[in-house]
Amino acid sequence: MVSAMSPLEARGRRRLLRGGGGVAAAAVVAALGAVGIVRSALAQQPASPPRPRPAARGTGTGTGRGAPTATTAGDPTGGDPLGSMQWPSMRAEFLGGAPVRFDDRVRVMVPTYAEDALNVPVTVDASGVDGVVSVMVLVDRNPIRKVLEFFPEGARPVLSFRFRLEQSSPVRAAVRLRDGSWAVGHAMVDAAGGGCTVPGATRADGSWSSTLNQVQARIFEGPQSGGTRLRLRIMHPMDTGLVSGVPAFHIERLVLADADGRPWMRLDVHEPVSENPVFSFDLPPAARAPLSLTGTDNNGNRVAARIAR
Amino acid sequence: MNAAGFAAAIATAALLASVPGALRAQGATGGGSAPTPAAAPTPEPWLTRPALVPPDYRLAPRQIAPRTWVVEGAVADFERRNGCNIINTGFIATGAGVVVINTGVSRRYGEQLRAAIAQVTAEPIVRVINLNLHPDYFLGNQAFTDRPLQAEAATIAGQRREGGAYVDNLFRLCGDWMRDTESVPAREPIGPGRLRVGSHELELVSLSGHTDADLVVLDRGTGVMFAGGLAFLDRVPTTPHARLAAWIDSLDRLNAIEGVSVLVPSHGPVDAGRRAITQTRDWLTWLDETFKTAAARGLEMNEVLRLPVPQRFAHFAALKAEYARSVHHLYPSYERAVLMPVTK
Repeated sequence: MVSAMSPLEARGRRRLLRGGGGVAAAAVVAALGAVGIVRSALAQQPASPPRPRPAARGTGTGTGRGAPTATTAGDPTGGDPLGSMQWPSMRAEFLGGAPVRFDDRVRVMVPTYAEDALNVPVTVDASGVDGVVSVMVLVDRNPIRKVLEFFPEGARPVLSFRFRLEQSSPVRAAVRLRDGSWAVGHAMVDAAGGGCTVPGATRADGSWSSTLNQVQARIFEGPQSGGTRLRLRIMHPMDTGLVSGVPAFHIERLVLADADGRPWMRLDVHEPVSENPVFSFDLPPAARAPLSLTGTDNNGNRVAARIAR
Repeated sequence: MNAAGFAAAIATAALLASVPGALRAQGATGGGSAPTPAAAPTPEPWLTRPALVPPDYRLAPRQIAPRTWVVEGAVADFERRNGCNIINTGFIATGAGVVVINTGVSRRYGEQLRAAIAQVTAEPIVRVINLNLHPDYFLGNQAFTDRPLQAEAATIAGQRREGGAYVDNLFRLCGDWMRDTESVPAREPIGPGRLRVGSHELELVSLSGHTDADLVVLDRGTGVMFAGGLAFLDRVPTTPHARLAAWIDSLDRLNAIEGVSVLVPSHGPVDAGRRAITQTRDWLTWLDETFKTAAARGLEMNEVLRLPVPQRFAHFAALKAEYARSVHHLYPSYERAVLMPVTK
């Protein structure tokens, strides 16, 4: 279905589309074209303006070729293969001055189109890269760009969950490596949008308060031989703070540990993670059940669950 | 002057300013019946771009029974090249006025449908029925505001609730085809039961599952069944408001109705048999079993999105896009069903 969107926003956008630029520009092109101005001008233009390409474009498998994007003079995207104008500022804000390479071994799985902008499924898989310290999930064109960061400790550096998407955007997984550098994988999601600026269902009907921080889970056979997959859902409204009169209220920290108290995965969770988030973890055989999940939200409410096999 | 008026003024000025050659070129690409002389120059490719050609759905009513016509949409997904016209609309000239069933995806569709009806019959339109709340069933209502616009009460409520977002998303998908379209929900609630209009006895059957209110119109005289959103043929059923168990039950009830000679699905070819019912049922059953199995195995949504679809569905239109949409709409509830409370 069509995503939810404030009536005001919908009206505004529609007016733009309908009244606007498209019709007027087409009309001007028609008028000029008829007297042969635009046609000749167009004929001299290349199909698209040339833009410096990063060396890593289209490769992403070799660390050597995926060189840091050092020379990006004149390129407002800072050498981003997805051509995003937000990339340079995101890089400065979240990745600091450390070397960065685009790397296809960092897999980001998303749907082509976000049918439900409040719940866009993403699977991040950095298991093809060695020396993973943490994985940060970033969305270029969200009003809050940092979605989540996870520290796999001993678990596979693979995580699935859903997030809110405000508009069509690249989705990035920035993998911090032991040498301090970053390997970045990404994918594009198309969307009608609006996911960050409307209240979720339990905020809208008020039912969130009766289920806050309740956890449902199950352990399944994992993709790793002898390993397990844990899927769990935490009841939380995950308010982004971008809905009028509703302050940010979200889970902040989660730790997944095994029966011996050894932590296997730590998560820093931010506003754009979906309401009542569902997470999937792939754990090695050594992570023995019963597993425990502990955490807090930004109001100090605690999450505590025990998951037996 | 508002933005739309300003744009229109510029467009008019542009046309007035253009030289005759350009107008001729536009005319030649507009699909007129006059054959283009061999010597005529080929129009520049940019002149044939959709923005410069007035959108024309070229609606062609096809008679399927006495006094009964359908106007068939593309068996495809919403796309700019089909003008987002993928719905089957229809009308019955009852002798006491025309009953219109569904009004298409845009204001322009509604206007062109009304013009097409006037080409076929001189009878006035006496009522317009929207079979459910989805956009292509009612966004043409704008062309029929001087007539009784009817739908089930739940459909009217849904049209009011979602109409604005539908229009917005269809502008995004189909652009200029949607020009000036606004959501005009139906105004008169109608319920199930028999309805006598002229020489025709229409049976309105109220079912659900595709949406909360799926109306079916069965013409007892001709045996034509307008099955609405419950039946799809050679095209993947859409599920944004679906409840699969109720939908399958509704299909079984449709299948039990006797005296049906022609079945008009909402999307896909008109058929003399009941293929649309059995095919839709087959797809929904497969979807239900697939999601159940996937949830029991602990599959994540992105894995479910990439599951193979059986060969027997490979010819369905909009297969990839609609399957993906259904995963989004339906899989979360299957997931929830297998998770257990573990709060400490």
